[in-house]
Amino acid sequence: MTVDRRKFLKIAGLSAAFGLGGKTAVDIFAPGELFASAGSAVPVATNQKKWAMVIDMKKCLEEQEKGKCNQCMAACHRVHNVPNFGDNIKEEMKWIWQESYEHLFPSQHNEFISEDVKEKPFIALCNHCENPPCCRVCPTKSTWRREDGVVMMDLHRCIGCRFCMAACPFGSRSFNWGDPRKAPKELNPDFPTNMNYPTRTKGVVEKCNFCDERLGVGKIPVCVETCQNINVHALIFGDLNDPASEIRKLLHSRYSIRRKTELGTEPKVYYLI
Amino acid sequence: MLERALKGSPGYWWLLGSLLAVMTVGVVCYITQFNEGLKITGMSRDISWGLYIAQFTYLVGIAAGGVMVVLPYYIHDYKAFGRITILGEFLAIAAVIMCLLFIFVDIGNPVRMLNVILYPSPRSILFWDMIVLNGYLFLNIIVGWNVLAAERKGVQYKKWVKFLAYVSIPWAFSIHTVTAFLYAGIPGRHLWITAIMAARFLSSAFAAGPSLLLLLCLLVRKLTKFDPGKEQLRTLGGIITYAMILNCFFLLLEVFTAFYSGIPEHQSSLVYLYAGLDGHSRLVPWMWTSVFFCVVALVLLVIPALRRNETTLALGCVAVFIGTWIDKGVGLVIGGFIPNPFHKVIEYMPTAREIIICLAIWATGFFVLTILYKIAISIKEEVGVTNH
Ligand code: SF4
Ligand code: SF4
Repeated sequence: MTVDRRKFLKIAGLSAAFGLGGKTAVDIFAPGELFASAGSAVPVATNQKKWAMVIDMKKCLEEQEKGKCNQCMAACHRVHNVPNFGDNIKEEMKWIWQESYEHLFPSQHNEFISEDVKEKPFIALCNHCENPPCCRVCPTKSTWRREDGVVMMDLHRCIGCRFCMAACPFGSRSFNWGDPRKAPKELNPDFPTNMNYPTRTKGVVEKCNFCDERLGVGKIPVCVETCQNINVHALIFGDLNDPASEIRKLLHSRYSIRRKTELGTEPKVYYLI
Repeated sequence: MLERALKGSPGYWWLLGSLLAVMTVGVVCYITQFNEGLKITGMSRDISWGLYIAQFTYLVGIAAGGVMVVLPYYIHDYKAFGRITILGEFLAIAAVIMCLLFIFVDIGNPVRMLNVILYPSPRSILFWDMIVLNGYLFLNIIVGWNVLAAERKGVQYKKWVKFLAYVSIPWAFSIHTVTAFLYAGIPGRHLWITAIMAARFLSSAFAAGPSLLLLLCLLVRKLTKFDPGKEQLRTLGGIITYAMILNCFFLLLEVFTAFYSGIPEHQSSLVYLYAGLDGHSRLVPWMWTSVFFCVVALVLLVIPALRRNETTLALGCVAVFIGTWIDKGVGLVIGGFIPNPFHKVIEYMPTAREIIICLAIWATGFFVLTILYKIAISIKEEVGVTNH
């Protein structure tokens, strides 16, 4: 027997009543059944929020200049048990990473752009598109857009057809080509790095989930929190539906760009440059 | 009727035995894939579909191609094809079985396969593809079997069988249209997002499917007492010629739009396939081989004297089969992923195990086909459709 989503939500709901975390609750109510699931994925759509992220590349690049900063990425991958495969790009897994300007915005590129800008490392992650092609194509509704704009992934239902990977125009999705627990030990000495978050089985797709497990308990995504903790504040997270939110103010006062807007997916990750 | 599959010449058993051997090796490889995951293949985060899905796509075409003998018989009342509709239908059955197997081996989590039915998602083209493919499989099994049974008893098949045969005609078009929609509807993969995709798929299907059928007919004539007939082969040759001309024409239309418009995204996959991009050119020799075979096919098919000569016609069919296989079974699917969404070129190379699994599925298809053809032809021999 396995925990399907409805049952999972029931357990999660019950556990909320008992004040237990998602995984602990499953262990108590259905021991041993949680193999790969979306963690404490309790869909709470509180007064129609629309979560989005603003990335202030000026601040981020200033920090990069001082020394290679990888704090947000390391924190995300640690908290979500994303294994490291080193140079093995065939099995690479990533939720948030760096990509040079020229590759992140291929159509903005021009030959006279300074080498400097061209090579600048920009932060890349799932855009949590408002009109996400990945969700449209999924044959099992394993990936879907929540009311609050988070594009979710049910790691417990995904059949691994990888249609969503073909459909995502941003290369945001990774596939577990093998068992993540068998990732090279030298690179992942203490894997799984977070016992409270599930590891995945082989054969499922995963990606950034905007830390839905943290949103559910009123916290901001761990990458954003980490960037604040090191006093850079390059990542800003907030509610697009709230005119008073910090991200709305930033988008109003500064020039922002998004990736591949011509495709109509309506990305919700904005870059300030 | 099934018992006819159990009596056969040593050659028949040898053929089945060797196909079974290939299938067994494939199963062993698949078991390792099942245990270790798809990392045993050459696919990656960037090329997330490879040979499996490419073979699937090509074989949907072969399955749909069978309709090119069914349609003239039922719609145009072209009696001559009555002799070979069963061969077309049985080829379609074998091809759809291969399609389903290719999907199966490509799934990362096959034990959860039923989720497609448990959580039906009508917005997903894959959901519709599952419906049309399975529907087509059943239509062909029911129609083929009943027509054959009627032929054995020397009676006319029932009205409802004829009705289902009519249904199977638009259905054949639908399987390949829906399969084209898998590709043609997703943003950001510029090689795929083209309105002409379904038309290209159908034209290559109607060239490749009948080509394979024609070659099988020649083989059947050589090995058994059943003769599919001269006129039948000649008509098939004509159909293949038209379809192949259209197929090459459609490909050139893509090239025109990409290069005359000058839009870089529309060009880059084609450049990668036919000339190489950023110093990567693994598929270039393949694609030019495909061009070579397509040109040879056109020459052999278009010149009437060569088309009417059975040897050159057969060679033309082989050329069609190889040319379209490379174009669709390799270039189209893999080329669509290159360059990747970051405009980087990351190449794909199938592994030995992946290739063996592919071969084993082809062997399974031919295993099924051999048995079905054996049954059909024994019956034809019995009722004496041996001369024309
Ligand atoms: S970035 Fe890709 S994975 Fe994320 S929501 Fe958009 S289409 Fe889906
Ligand atoms: S791989 Fe999983 S999430 Fe992606 S489309 Fe297939 S079933 Fe849906």
